[in-house]
Amino acid sequence: MDMAEPALDRRDVLSRLFPAPEDYLLVSGLAGSARDAAALTGDGDNLFTMAGTMGAAVSMGLGVALAAPEAKVAVITGDGELLMNLGALATVASMAPDNLTIVCIDNGCHGETGGQPGHTARRTDLGVMAEGAGLASTMTIAGPDELGAGATFLIEAPAPRFLLVRVIKGPPADYKRDMDPAACRLRFRNAYLGSV
Amino acid sequence: MAPDKPMALDKKDDWSARLFDQLVEAGVTLMCYVPDSGNARLLELAETHNEMRPILLTSEEEGVAICAGADLVGKRAVLCMQSSGVGNCPNFLSLVKGGRFPILMIVSMRGDYGEQNPWQYPMGQAVEPVLRAMGVLTFRVETTDDLGAATTAALAASFKSGQGAALILSQRFLGAKAF
Repeated sequence: MDMAEPALDRRDVLSRLFPAPEDYLLVSGLAGSARDAAALTGDGDNLFTMAGTMGAAVSMGLGVALAAPEAKVAVITGDGELLMNLGALATVASMAPDNLTIVCIDNGCHGETGGQPGHTARRTDLGVMAEGAGLASTMTIAGPDELGAGATFLIEAPAPRFLLVRVIKGPPADYKRDMDPAACRLRFRNAYLGSV
Repeated sequence: MAPDKPMALDKKDDWSARLFDQLVEAGVTLMCYVPDSGNARLLELAETHNEMRPILLTSEEEGVAICAGADLVGKRAVLCMQSSGVGNCPNFLSLVKGGRFPILMIVSMRGDYGEQNPWQYPMGQAVEPVLRAMGVLTFRVETTDDLGAATTAALAASFKSGQGAALILSQRFLGAKAF
């Protein structure tokens, strides 16, 4: 791979990118991205995390964004999950929701199952793929000194926007979240519908 | 978008228009789809309706998750596909049994009654077993007279009762494609 080696610890990323996570409706995929997102919000009721349905995060976030156009919506996914449902990026681009942000934490491996190398550690660049899908804005960051620019991108770049965050291999946040999907659905719905 | 060719305009004969009206009446505002001749007219109606937004998918499983996302904020979405697309959905349908998301699918059948393409039979015949295995209730439409009541039943099962439901538009109802 031609790109510089990443120098970011994933556990430092989301709190810098989302200084006010309560302003968002958040959907995360499974595994590391779910743990990091749960640590960001204290497993808040504005977050729906998964522990299965690998590949569903971007699509579920799109559903939220289209159905709640007044809300700011962000998806937290990983490189393995995104590669399992890449077509979703084309669907996002076509629907062009102006309230949707996608953050992909790319550790180049399948961290949850033992760190087996993934395609992004070889030749695949998800930032280029998101651009090719037609998202309005894309950006890639890989070092601690780029987190500020990443946070600005999430505020200022036209949406739908895609931020690829290349991180070193290493554990996600050590955070135990509620993994009952029916309970988490009701928690999210009740909080949102009580607030609008 | 105006149709290039005249479609069935008599509403009595236009089952797609009657189905569409029932969906609108039930508060559905998002219609996810992979194109199929069986849902072409339905999507044409969605394209021109002010309160319905069509969402073109790359793969049917996306639609399961989009419908679930809409439900998270209290909105209603449906998922339209050809029967072959049911085979792309099972893992995401975990959201039905596990999360009690009210997913409503509208499946236009192939590999069913009068099919002439051998490629369509394996998945066509597996549609209902696969859906049932994932906890999705099926409501078959065999004749024009079945449509209204089956649609009402599928809407009641999904949006009023929190079940996964699939309206199965059989090939006997749709007519088999000639090869």
